[in-house]
Amino acid sequence: MTANLRAAFDLLPEYLGWHVLLSVSALGLGLLISLPLAIAAARSPRLRWPVLALASLIQTIPSLALLALFFPLLLALSMLSTATIGRGFSALGFLPSLLALTLYSILPILRNAVAGITGVDPAIAEAADGVGMTARQKLFQVELPLAAPIVMAGIRTAAVWTIGAATLSTPVGQTSLGNYIFAGLQTENWVSVLFGCAASAVLALAADQLLGLVETGARTRCRGLVIAGLAGLVIGATAAIAPLAGFGKPAAYVVGAKNFSEQYILAELMAARLERAGARVTRKEDLGSAVAYRALAAGEIDAYVDYSGTLWTNVLGRADNPGRQAVLAGLTTELKRRDGVVVLGSLGFENAYAFAMRPDRARALNIGSLADLAREAPKLTLGTDIEFLSRPEWRAVDGAYGFSFKAKRSFQPTFMYRALSGGDADVISAFSSDGRIAADRLVVLSDPKAAIPPYDAVILISPKRAGDRRLIEALRPLVGAIPVEAMRAANYSVDRDAGKVTPAQAARALGAALARP
Amino acid sequence: MAPPIIRLEGIAKRYGGHAALDGVDLAVGTGEFVALVGGSGSGKTTLLKTINRLIQPDAGRVSVEGEDVARAAPHDLRRRIGYVFQEVGLFPHLTVGENIAITPRLLGWDKARIAERIGTLLDLVDLPREVATRAPVALSGGQRQRVGVARALAAEPKLMLMDEPFGALDPLTRDALGVDYRALHQRLGLTTVMVTHDMAEAVLLADRIVVLKAGRILADGGPADLLAHTTDPDVRALLEAPKRQAERLRERLGA
Repeated sequence: MTANLRAAFDLLPEYLGWHVLLSVSALGLGLLISLPLAIAAARSPRLRWPVLALASLIQTIPSLALLALFFPLLLALSMLSTATIGRGFSALGFLPSLLALTLYSILPILRNAVAGITGVDPAIAEAADGVGMTARQKLFQVELPLAAPIVMAGIRTAAVWTIGAATLSTPVGQTSLGNYIFAGLQTENWVSVLFGCAASAVLALAADQLLGLVETGARTRCRGLVIAGLAGLVIGATAAIAPLAGFGKPAAYVVGAKNFSEQYILAELMAARLERAGARVTRKEDLGSAVAYRALAAGEIDAYVDYSGTLWTNVLGRADNPGRQAVLAGLTTELKRRDGVVVLGSLGFENAYAFAMRPDRARALNIGSLADLAREAPKLTLGTDIEFLSRPEWRAVDGAYGFSFKAKRSFQPTFMYRALSGGDADVISAFSSDGRIAADRLVVLSDPKAAIPPYDAVILISPKRAGDRRLIEALRPLVGAIPVEAMRAANYSVDRDAGKVTPAQAARALGAALARP
Repeated sequence: MAPPIIRLEGIAKRYGGHAALDGVDLAVGTGEFVALVGGSGSGKTTLLKTINRLIQPDAGRVSVEGEDVARAAPHDLRRRIGYVFQEVGLFPHLTVGENIAITPRLLGWDKARIAERIGTLLDLVDLPREVATRAPVALSGGQRQRVGVARALAAEPKLMLMDEPFGALDPLTRDALGVDYRALHQRLGLTTVMVTHDMAEAVLLADRIVVLKAGRILADGGPADLLAHTTDPDVRALLEAPKRQAERLRERLGA
């Protein structure tokens, strides 16, 4: 067994437990909502159309978007409840995932239950009235038992969908089997990606087969099959969820990370220092850029690393560039004043957007700066990460130089570098601390108009931890301690194709390198 | 005539612009076997269903055993009245025995009494007791309707409503079931109102024939009486049809 595979198996109890708990809860809640709704819709043709149309509409929302939409909604609700009753709740992780997956599970159950109940033979419905059943007796003794096989088929579909879509709860901060996939995709750890896919597929198949047993039992009126299927489901779910009791203790600290290698490494580095100081730590990884800051401001996570330019433009909404130190100083006072967020300090390196080209292309077209690039842009394809083109930094650069590229394409960061070396992109929005710039000997174009803001990596502390001595003492030694070369080396050790290490290993190596004088 | 067990007064029912029942008055005496006959759309099934409130009339009053049915809860009323219809409507997820036991169970009879009743009823409708544990799908059409009759009789009703009960059966089974039911009617002292479009069946089984047309009663009386006295050409034609058929049959078969 390779090291990667062993690492994946070690994480399985936690990831699988959360995945099963989430899926079971969503499915249970979905049943509680959709069954009464189906009964009402089956009774009233006037209600039937709008209810089914709404459920279908929800289904057309891409699942990732549905999950993402619940975060700001819950955050607003949490703030409202804090303001009114003095108690908030976590808008990150389990709750948004649960709500989105619940909505997702409704349609198949609802549609099948309505079809099952309205599909009962009218002669049998008439007989139920004729023998003197009340409406309630008719529902529970005749209509529901006869609709049961069709309802079960709907539950099966819902279970498979829910288990599949639950992998997407990772980006809103809920641990699931999706952690294998998202983290693996970032660090090009294909063993991890495949492991995550296989685990969720096996889980979905197992649930489908057991529910199929219940469905067959309901159809053939064989009580034994129904009991066997249900027992299998209960035993399986309990066995999967049980290990969580060990993980379930609330962590003292939550360290956040966005969805790329440097963020994973820095989160591990911070977590390791806290653990060495005797604290318990959980990681919330793969957070979206905007989600991360709002989660910190709301106290969902206690610390993470962000970049000064990102905060300057996206959080404070500033379009100017007064220089590196002024931006840092401005952020420190403004974020404290606005959100109570503490900027602990810069780690000592920048991870700026850096337009990079292959040296042969740059030489052939005689491009050395962004001004040169603007001249040749109509012949070139720009490759970017997924969010760059919608960020204010792009608008600032584009405004300063007036680019008109032949084409613009977005990639996962990993694939962006592939696209450049493969010729699918001529220039990419790389990151200055990325080890691949040096490894691939890429040419970084200069920015004569200083349109790209500075991107000092800074440690942010949540308002509720602002006075936490243990946290601050553990993290303060990292301020000013990481030179860009050390960060590049650490990033490259995770991103390279051959001999890659895990972010935790890279963090240990980086920590050891920093400790040496 | 015995005191009426069913009294219908001025019953009207409209569907859209069409009058299914247009002011029907009818009294049925205890122990009578009444056939409601008429063509499609004559209102005979609608009239039958107003008696156990499967259909709510727009106007008029229905009383059963002297009590206005609009005052009783529909399910209480229906538990006192046996109801048999062409499609039978046996519950496919229950055994034959459970189907028969349904109304007694709804009435809260104890288990022993229900078990005994299932046996008695299977004897009564001439089915072997072993069928009690079978599923309805395992029975023939005739056997299924016998179970339908047993289910309707389960809670010992005095009144039976039957909507074309034997209409979907083959002629032999139909005849046998008709004769058997008529004997039950007699033995148990039932009052029966049966809808049929088959005049021969009405003449053979019923004491009294009520002919409906376009939601009104066209004729009402005993079979022979009706044939002797009616002046209405439609009623005469209806009544003479089975007679003519029987004569032709006799000629051709030489019996």
